[in-house]
Amino acid sequence: MTALTLHAPVLLIALPLLGAFATPLIGKLGKGARNTFVGLIVLAVAGLASLLAVSVFGAGGVPTVYELGGGTFTFPLSGGQVPIRILFEVDGMSAFMGLITALIALTSAFFSFSYWRERSGGDLYFSLFLLLTAGIFGMVMTGDMFNFFVFLEITSIAAASLVGFRVWRKQSQEAGFKVMAMYTLSGLFVLLAIGLLYGQYGHLNIAALANSLQGSLTDMIALGLLLTGLAMKAGAVPMHMWAPDAYGEAPAPMSAILVANSQASLYGLFRILFTLYGVTVSTGTMGWILIVLALLTIFVGVTMALIQSDLKRLVAFGAVSQIGYMLLGVGVGLAVMATKPEYGLVAMQGGIFHMLNDAACVGLLFFASGAVIRAAGTRDLNQMGGLGHQMKWTSIFFAIGAVALAGVPPFNGFASKFLIYEASFKLSPFLAVIAVLSSIMLLAVFVKAFQAAFLGPRSNASAHVSDPSPGMMVPMAALVLVIIVFGLFPGFFVDHIVTPAAKALWLGRDAYINAVLGG
Amino acid sequence: MSGLSSGFGVWNPIAWALLFVGILVVSFIVRSFGNKGYKRGTGQTKVFLSGNDEPEASGGLHVRGDHLYWGMVDGLSAYYRRVKAWHTGILSDYAAWFIGVLGLVFVILVLAR
Repeated sequence: MTALTLHAPVLLIALPLLGAFATPLIGKLGKGARNTFVGLIVLAVAGLASLLAVSVFGAGGVPTVYELGGGTFTFPLSGGQVPIRILFEVDGMSAFMGLITALIALTSAFFSFSYWRERSGGDLYFSLFLLLTAGIFGMVMTGDMFNFFVFLEITSIAAASLVGFRVWRKQSQEAGFKVMAMYTLSGLFVLLAIGLLYGQYGHLNIAALANSLQGSLTDMIALGLLLTGLAMKAGAVPMHMWAPDAYGEAPAPMSAILVANSQASLYGLFRILFTLYGVTVSTGTMGWILIVLALLTIFVGVTMALIQSDLKRLVAFGAVSQIGYMLLGVGVGLAVMATKPEYGLVAMQGGIFHMLNDAACVGLLFFASGAVIRAAGTRDLNQMGGLGHQMKWTSIFFAIGAVALAGVPPFNGFASKFLIYEASFKLSPFLAVIAVLSSIMLLAVFVKAFQAAFLGPRSNASAHVSDPSPGMMVPMAALVLVIIVFGLFPGFFVDHIVTPAAKALWLGRDAYINAVLGG
Repeated sequence: MSGLSSGFGVWNPIAWALLFVGILVVSFIVRSFGNKGYKRGTGQTKVFLSGNDEPEASGGLHVRGDHLYWGMVDGLSAYYRRVKAWHTGILSDYAAWFIGVLGLVFVILVLAR
């Protein structure tokens, strides 16, 4: 068990990565063998992420360093002065992101087994899915800027391919192309920033770089490139336009993992702001940049959702708006870091807790939307109606996901938004007003979707539909369970996993640096 | 274990759930005082539409997605005209927004330095 925990950071990447390349070969043995193989990999990954989380949170979120290949860790390397190597550094925030990724990968894979059963191209579908999962784990575990870029690119390639996977839909092809172009742009700017930092300091290791940064003009240019590139990949307004295209056109279970992918970019942004740059920049300025992006994202996302008649695009814009709440929580935390830390940490807890809650709620909504679209044979809400008569469980699951995401008590979305509202109100009541009003509007958006799809009289179109197979219902039920348990016992989860994650960013810069450099 | 404290506010979902259940119980008690002569499927349960007969329910009567909030959307039409105009669906526009934000962030970071 100890050895597994010790090697968990690299296994979390290696298992899905090797699995991605082995899947087409296993697929030659048949769909059953392939699904068993993929299922075992995601189960193993979920187990490893849980083991790692227990280990890291049990130690209070203290960072642990894993050097690929093992051996005694020294800095700088005894045989030379170039600190380039494959190094993973896992603190509370990384472990927290690992849990989110594992949850969504597990449910998406098992939902896909039924969802994609009658479609062709399953081997490639699951191969890309595992590649994307490996990339996300890599992004959240790595302690090296260049490796972060490599994993970012792996996620970009896999995500764009999955968005355009349904080649028989011209909209999917167009969305896949747009996503590839925008992700490439983002990746290029991130690479340019890494190049600038490497050229100036000669390091790629995050801890070594953080220890060396001086706040020079070059550092600021690199920060601007990193911030904008990662905020775009997270889907922050006004750089979000690719997101509804991507979430809307990807197969439903892949839309869920695309949200986890966006959150990994958000993680990268937070890691860079708190750990890499930290006090070398004006935290107030950085915080307010995030807050402005957050308000735009929340408001534009939710108002655009209101006018959608395509069910998946509606959920997609809803998902975009939730990225704003995460940015708001962390932005408020950053803005008051130096002046009013008493509620800064609360804001951080809210923003980070919302990442987990959003993944569960949006994942559930995408799964339910996929089931509805498949049953109804249309994505157009104006063509749907009365589905709730035949799809009772799906309608209940959709309703739970919707009210939870909109922040209706006692579900999990309310718990995290409560912390965000309270802390942002202390900074400026205006922020809290926008956040609360937008949540109410999001509820209105989902009332529209629910009314249009599930309510109304039985029609000929809805007469022959039914709830999806148990293979699709069980992953939805699992996410409902997460939503209810996290909603009813938020204190437990905030104390044991959210606070260590928030503190890893908020207070953990020195610990992160010292874990690599010593001292 | 259940509750959350922000330092200036408290949220306890278990207390909220108990209150909710209590309200349901009270509602049920109030409901039990209702007219015992209620009969399902009789004229008592007919929808009253100013004395007109209720039209036959069919798929055509469903309130569809775009029927909801049209007044609100119409009231915000000036806002929506602008915001929809941003969402052109053209890739070069997506990139232009990205570059625009990047430029703005550069200016802010350099000024704040």
